[in-house]
Amino acid sequence: MRITQGTFSYLPDLSDDEIRAQIQYALDQGWPLSVEFTDDPHPRNTYWEMWGLPMFDLHDAGAVQYEVNECRKAHPEHYIRVNAYDATKGRQTTALSFIVNRPADEPGFRVDRQEVADRRIRYTTHSYATGRPEGARYGTP
Amino acid sequence: MTDNPGDAPARPPFGARRPSAEAAAPEREGPEPVPEGGTVNLSEARKQSGVDDMLAALDAELVGLVPVKTRIREIAALLLIDSQRARFGLTAVRPNLHMCFTGGPGTGKTTVAMRMAELLRRLGYLHRGHLVAVTREELVGQYVGHTAPKTREVLKRAMGGVLFIDEAYYLYRAENERDYGQESIEILLQVMENQREDLVVILAGYKDRMDSFFQSNPGMSSRIAHHIDFPDYTIDELVAIGDLMIGETGYELSEAGRDTFLDYLTRRSRQPRFANARSVRNAVERARLRHANRLFSLDDKEVTKDDLMRLEPADFLASRVFSQPDPGDPAQHGEQ
Repeated sequence: MRITQGTFSYLPDLSDDEIRAQIQYALDQGWPLSVEFTDDPHPRNTYWEMWGLPMFDLHDAGAVQYEVNECRKAHPEHYIRVNAYDATKGRQTTALSFIVNRPADEPGFRVDRQEVADRRIRYTTHSYATGRPEGARYGTP
Repeated sequence: MTDNPGDAPARPPFGARRPSAEAAAPEREGPEPVPEGGTVNLSEARKQSGVDDMLAALDAELVGLVPVKTRIREIAALLLIDSQRARFGLTAVRPNLHMCFTGGPGTGKTTVAMRMAELLRRLGYLHRGHLVAVTREELVGQYVGHTAPKTREVLKRAMGGVLFIDEAYYLYRAENERDYGQESIEILLQVMENQREDLVVILAGYKDRMDSFFQSNPGMSSRIAHHIDFPDYTIDELVAIGDLMIGETGYELSEAGRDTFLDYLTRRSRQPRFANARSVRNAVERARLRHANRLFSLDDKEVTKDDLMRLEPADFLASRVFSQPDPGDPAQHGEQ
């Protein structure tokens, strides 16, 4: 199941040129960017691992794309996203966040039903991938 | 990635599209391709890129520097011709444009670097065309593990533009082999080689010290295609520079003032620590000070616009340069 999180996630995956253009747009708006990765795609997992520090004072998308490619090299089977922060209003606001890498095979989620008092049912989603330990969740073990 | 790439088909990269009718259409930007046997209009291409304006401005606003201007013209021509070759479908290998500017102080290395950045942007070689000027301080860290991130940070800031490293020889300290400068040089070399499309590195410094820097870092020397030497200005060129600076600030030289200015520059250029155009700028600044003071202490406070604009000999003659013995004056050597 292809997970959809962040901007553009219902479109086909962005090509490198399209990613570059989006990054350049963010830089032209004056937004600093950061690269993050994770192998736990649960929708409530909002805090992904940071790939280096957020990048300030950049002018050209090449620098961010370089970091994206470095991160892809190190974590080819992880989800990687690019975040852009809009700090102009004095608060930390994610202006743009989109996925730039995903594992080749995404097993998806199952729904767990928990029966509680009065025959009520609680639902929760469970990512099949998290059955394995962190770092070994995707790809051939 | 799979562990056995031998039998599994290679995984397509992220965002790779399956070929479709839509994707098959050429979606290239820039100049249109030209069919076999066609011709391209070079003068039109020149006009479009705006390179002629840049070169004309370079000629008008920078005095002297003939070898530098020649090289810039050659680079501009190469990039323009390359873009036309691409229209015919000829392969244009992206030229290596890392440069090294050597020359005395005040010969215009930084100024030319800034114009180079703009020129390369207009010719489509760089995306942004900004200049990031750094020295050893910004590249080299203070403790183990500090240098690499610091250098990378600077390189990322410079991407799409020009990284100008002033007095680059300070990066390498021969006397201390554990100096972190070496690490910084290695990262620079790697990026200069692998990310040529992202930035242009310009090293600058005095000729003799750059030469010994390259001797101890042959890899750096060979990755730099253009070694451009900035000659010291002649006295006439210095006066022309002074004229430009005075004109820019809305002043003018009186006839006698010009002779004195020439005399001043002749004397100053023979003294130690003469910094070419920078010394001229300082001389003009000080002349403005004395000019203001001269008018300020006038008894008659009625002055005309001309008085406010014109620099007289007195504004230069008060300089220390005229009261000190002139070390290079042949007449004085004869006496001794």
